[in-house]
Amino acid sequence: MRAIGIVLAGGNNHRMQELTQRRAICAMPVAGTYRSIDFTLSNMSNSHIQRVAVLTQYNAKSLNEHLSSSKWWDFGRKQGGLSVLTPAVTAENSNWYRGTADAIYQNLAFLKNSHEPYVVIASGDGVYKMDYNKVLEYHIEKKADITIVCRDMEPEINVERFGTVRMNEESRVEEMEEKPLQAKTNTISCGIYVLRRRQLIEMIEKCAEEDRYDFVRDILIRYKDVKRIYGYKMKDYWRNIASVEDYYSTNMDFLKPDVRDYFFKQYPDIYSKVDDLPPAKYNPGANVRNSLVSSGCIVNGVVENSVVFKKSYIGNNCVIKNSIILNDVYIGDNTYIENCIVESRGTIRANSRYVGDEGNIQIVVERNNERYIM
Amino acid sequence: MIKKEMIAMLLAGGQGSRLGVLTSKVAKPAVAFGGKYRIIDFPLSNCINSGVDTVGVLTQYQPLRLNTHIGIGIPWDLDRNIGGVTVLPPYEKSSNSEWYTGTANAIYQNLEYMESYNPDYVLILSGDHIYKMDYEVMLDFHKANGAEVTIAVMPVPMEEASRFGIMIADENRRITEFEEKPEHPRSNLASMGIYIFNWKTLREALIAMADQPALDFGKHVIPYCHEKGAPLYAYEFTGYWKDVGTLSSYWEANMELIDIVPEFNLYEEYWKIYTKSEVQPPQYLSSDSVIERSIVGEGTDIYGEVYNSVIGCGVTIGKGTVVRDSIIMNHAQIGEGCVLNKAIVAEEVKIENNVTLGEGEEAANDTAPHIYNHGLVTIGEKSVIPKGVSIGKNSVVFGVTDASDYPDSRLGSGKTLIKAGEQ
Repeated sequence: MRAIGIVLAGGNNHRMQELTQRRAICAMPVAGTYRSIDFTLSNMSNSHIQRVAVLTQYNAKSLNEHLSSSKWWDFGRKQGGLSVLTPAVTAENSNWYRGTADAIYQNLAFLKNSHEPYVVIASGDGVYKMDYNKVLEYHIEKKADITIVCRDMEPEINVERFGTVRMNEESRVEEMEEKPLQAKTNTISCGIYVLRRRQLIEMIEKCAEEDRYDFVRDILIRYKDVKRIYGYKMKDYWRNIASVEDYYSTNMDFLKPDVRDYFFKQYPDIYSKVDDLPPAKYNPGANVRNSLVSSGCIVNGVVENSVVFKKSYIGNNCVIKNSIILNDVYIGDNTYIENCIVESRGTIRANSRYVGDEGNIQIVVERNNERYIM
Repeated sequence: MIKKEMIAMLLAGGQGSRLGVLTSKVAKPAVAFGGKYRIIDFPLSNCINSGVDTVGVLTQYQPLRLNTHIGIGIPWDLDRNIGGVTVLPPYEKSSNSEWYTGTANAIYQNLEYMESYNPDYVLILSGDHIYKMDYEVMLDFHKANGAEVTIAVMPVPMEEASRFGIMIADENRRITEFEEKPEHPRSNLASMGIYIFNWKTLREALIAMADQPALDFGKHVIPYCHEKGAPLYAYEFTGYWKDVGTLSSYWEANMELIDIVPEFNLYEEYWKIYTKSEVQPPQYLSSDSVIERSIVGEGTDIYGEVYNSVIGCGVTIGKGTVVRDSIIMNHAQIGEGCVLNKAIVAEEVKIENNVTLGEGEEAANDTAPHIYNHGLVTIGEKSVIPKGVSIGKNSVVFGVTDASDYPDSRLGSGKTLIKAGEQ
């Protein structure tokens, strides 16, 4: 493909509560065996983008661990490959990334040293499949300066936490609002942009001169009347996981056959780091219904309508309902968990009870020192 | 300069004909095992876990699946700048081109490969056993005894000893005599087919014996070294070791994995078994599913009931289907309303709705009773079984079959239905 990729993976927000205390949103485990950044990276790889930079800043340890080798997404190439770019103190700069545009500005060399004519910018917290070539074709056909991937959200979804976009009949963006107090439209920006590389360099340099740092506010919204900004509507599944509710419901979506079929069975695949875990094991007493279970798990109890991530141990007589159990959790015997998200590497003592509400999912963080030994 | 203290040569060219149709299209080391693994994953993982990072894999019989699986060795961390894994098929020479005619002949034909790493020791392995072994400890034993050849041995019950190559060793573990499948064994130390040779000793022996037809380690090379007076030692291994050379031992070894604390534990952190993960999504168990005492690979969807079984990756088990005591390999599709008892279903098999496998009384197999026995039903890879048929015990089906192949919708116990060449 004639484009390079930039993945914005620096973000954090308070809406994820305790879940992002230890990791960036992009490193959040999703759908049992993936992390959210896998979707964007796989999309880039499947779109034949060969040079990708991941811009990261906040709590990047587990993200860096996940990206420690680029071979899983087929980025282990002589030409191109995957670069993880963190803020660096230099003679001219001693700032963290002060915003998305600033993050790109601080790594302008990556853009300048490439030769591909286009850039695909995508945030790393989206759960979706997309061929960016289609967006690029559209971008060229519309003779656009910038193309924003948009989606009409279902009426029941509150769009006030997204950027909303209003387009004219030719799909040119006329109005754009970031996190509107009262949304005038249910068309939102998915945080995926295509533009010419030179155009991006020019805009980012201009931004930096004026001490502006945010890509959406200071480039998209500010330039919308001057530049030809177009919206490309995607119709397939797309969710982002920037709040606890979204995170919970996105994971639960994978219990639906059509969602699983779309992501797991249809071409192309989503890739992730391989963990070399044994098959999941079901001992006597296991009773698993409508649930996803990942490799390395050992199940001795009841699991219903839940997503169990890798390497978890569920003890005898446990009942896990409508819950998400993250990686490497040990759950002692006779424990009852309902409507909860159990943070990874936790040890839940035997005979515990955690019950959240359907509308208010409880996050369980248990750092008991006694760790089991297999 | 290139220098490796010990390199491994892994013999993976054998057909393994006692696994019947399971090895019709793939070499035995590439046969699936334990849900997501293949047999060769065990010796390859042992190599990297023992610090042996240079492995030559000798292939000959049906190597496609094996080659695809090994690739450049990424899953075992054997993609190295120097060394790593190299697949070594037989090749044409300016004179005397031949297939690999025996275990040692295969190694002889790759003297140049070994020479290029300038090794002190060469580890000879076979690709058809399930075990975890630290070859470094064996090497320490080899060095400590000043051995030229060390043979890994394992104590077996005396009554079974006549099936093995038996080593007779003195109190210092130095081998004094050996017997190949003796009628009246004088020791119970069976050779495991794992050898460490001093490179010089091996090289000299292979060159000296080069003209021996079907040059074999057990029959020719070891006796040759012994005659020359080279110190041979027996390294005793007492851990789990399973030869999965027959359908029944293959089935048993799989079933042992589902014990609550299996003797062979895949869940140990410090000795991981690596494999190429073809499928990554989690597995899904539906609202109607029942599962107990089973292990299940990634991306498998279970809508039916599964008991005491080993299920691979990317498998679908339809609603109302009951699977018991069975092995189902990667990407097999089992329809709805089926009953599977003691079945071995190979990769990419398609079983349509309401099929029964393993029905009725046992009867000896009509073509190969020494292969298809113990009441197992074996379905070869990519076979298709049409809807509504029932298949008896000790039977085997291979190929795309349709209703006309099953008079009265039945294939009785002990029957063989092989439609080769029609896939």
